[in-house]
Amino acid sequence: MTESPQTANAPTEVTEGTADAFLNPTDSLRHAPGPYFGEYGGRWMPESLIAALDELQDTFEKAKADPEFTAQVAELNRTYAGRPSLLTEAKRFAEHAGGVRVFLKREDLNHTGSHKINNVLGQALLAKRMGKTRVIAETGAGQHGVASATAAALMGLECVVYMGAEDCRRQALNVARMELLGATVVPVTSGSQTLKDAINEALRDWVANVDSTHYLLGTAAGAHPFPSMVRYFHEVIGEEAREQMLAETGKLPDAVCACIGGGSNAIGMFHGFLDDPGVALYGFEAGGDGVETGRHAATISLGRPGVLHGARSYLMQDDDGQTIESHSISAGLDYPGVGPEHAYLADIGRVSYAPITDAEAMDAFRVLCRSEGIIPAIETAHALAGAMKVGQRLAAEGGDPAEKIVLINLSGRGDKDVATAAEFFDLLPDDSAESDIGKDGEQL
Amino acid sequence: MTTQTTSKAAAAIDRARGAGRAALIGYLPAGFPDVQTTIDAALAMAENGVDLIEIGIPYSDPVMDGQVIQEATVQALQNGFTVEKIFDIVAGITSQTDAAVLVMTYWNPVMQLGVREFARRLHEAGGAGLITPDLIPDEAGEWLAASDEFGLDRVFLVAPSTSPERMERTVKASRGFVYAVSIMGITGARTAVSSAAHAVVDAAHGAGAERACVGLGVSTAAQVKEIAAYADGVIVGTALVAALRDGGVAAIAELTKDLRSGTGKN
Repeated sequence: MTESPQTANAPTEVTEGTADAFLNPTDSLRHAPGPYFGEYGGRWMPESLIAALDELQDTFEKAKADPEFTAQVAELNRTYAGRPSLLTEAKRFAEHAGGVRVFLKREDLNHTGSHKINNVLGQALLAKRMGKTRVIAETGAGQHGVASATAAALMGLECVVYMGAEDCRRQALNVARMELLGATVVPVTSGSQTLKDAINEALRDWVANVDSTHYLLGTAAGAHPFPSMVRYFHEVIGEEAREQMLAETGKLPDAVCACIGGGSNAIGMFHGFLDDPGVALYGFEAGGDGVETGRHAATISLGRPGVLHGARSYLMQDDDGQTIESHSISAGLDYPGVGPEHAYLADIGRVSYAPITDAEAMDAFRVLCRSEGIIPAIETAHALAGAMKVGQRLAAEGGDPAEKIVLINLSGRGDKDVATAAEFFDLLPDDSAESDIGKDGEQL
Repeated sequence: MTTQTTSKAAAAIDRARGAGRAALIGYLPAGFPDVQTTIDAALAMAENGVDLIEIGIPYSDPVMDGQVIQEATVQALQNGFTVEKIFDIVAGITSQTDAAVLVMTYWNPVMQLGVREFARRLHEAGGAGLITPDLIPDEAGEWLAASDEFGLDRVFLVAPSTSPERMERTVKASRGFVYAVSIMGITGARTAVSSAAHAVVDAAHGAGAERACVGLGVSTAAQVKEIAAYADGVIVGTALVAALRDGGVAAIAELTKDLRSGTGKN
């Protein structure tokens, strides 16, 4: 693990009574251990699962302190996932972002096509250390399911993936991908048949099979230790990016942008910059049809605190505390909750969160395709759209825009989204098979 | 208000114990299929031998429930159940029977109404307290205070996986009884009751629990009889919900009578 020079060396330089907590290394926001982040987090879980959470936490703490484990993770990252991922300057895209300099952290180039691989490799290693022979996972669009199936195949673990029945139908190719990798995909028909119900079903499986099974949760949410553990495996994103930015430009970026569903790619990226007060951090949630329509997944922007899936955090819910269904063109952001550390970072104002509509995201999606030759995941397109606004704002502040820098976490590639995008931009003949797939993905 | 009055759930269990049997505890989801039927079915349970009535609040994400209860609660929500109505249901039952009434609820609906406000209104409606499947004592500070203030029972769960340290802490935090989960799993009828249940009850008693009741997977009089031999109470849920679904209030009455026949201690 690379410590940033500032946090590693700075303590003696800080005078007592520093007003700004972010300048005081004793109040570092990095490596927050949980279970609580301010008033968020915790373990709002059935007693039946507490022993498994305790075992996981204990295994994780010991593994973090074990050089053999950290070497294993580093080796897999280097020789299997393809780390470090590249940092690419997006010069033509930058013209759409007020002319500031824009850099992309290329998590899309990782094996399986997104940041998800960082977490699944780490958790699969922990599953082996606990002597578990089976992993279960939830998935929305299929990205985390594919990543989990990949890690399970690599390490010889049985893998069962829970996926909403509707998502199975509209992401048939990702179901096939998981099955090619040896996983069993279970369509979930309970509740609203979406990602949150896939998590419910995975939890029900976990309660019944906890002796043999590790629940490989795909985002930095859920009960402790999942939020801080999933973040730990993604911290490599921010740490690499920080070093790469310093190497490429000699300074830190003015702003860092990421998309937020559960928030795992964002928390991994933000982590590298949390203690750099000059770096503004932005998380972009799914605004769906627009927050005024009620059809969105802008949990922090419009939700209120509650408990779901083991953590206290912001939540989309009605007056009675019943979870409300979220809506987004991006299946990966289509979740009515958010990781508890994001809820805390929002409350203390360290990170700014804002919604991006489907239309804004798809516009940014097309801009990146045509300006840089990179097809991003639609999830990631929300970060791109937000970054365009941030860049324009920075440029409007005056001075030479080329002196300002925006870093974007390009969390995933868009191969999985081609049918949805083609339908959105009306690129498919009406009678093509792909047209049907795209339409379903688009409308649901 | 003084802290801790007498426990209604404990009194109900002790009455059964005095009669030489285990208490019978019956579960129904609120508002399935409507509010009045819930009240009628609960009264039918009480008239036919249930000592403690457990009314569940339908919730969008019931991770501890199997298919039968999931489907019933989804229907209750579709039929317009709102949390507000739980107090009408509890009051409707307690005004017509002496059986103790506990509310079983996932935690978010309580948190959203406000823990103290929920406790106040439950007390006002004559309710005995709460069973909380996804709230462990570690997170229950607000509920411990509110339940003390209003003299409500707080039934926490213990499981086959519960460590001795946690068993002790959970037994201490509980009032009324501790809910011994019979099996590592979710609600739903099973053909056999796991042998783990006996061990969980023994561990709870060993940790100082005066009353430990077994739930999850219990559906027949024979299973009730098996558990009554070592536990202070037996909890039946899914089988009653299925009976109500398939045969209405009359079926509830009949099944309750049958289950009650298994509660004898010998």
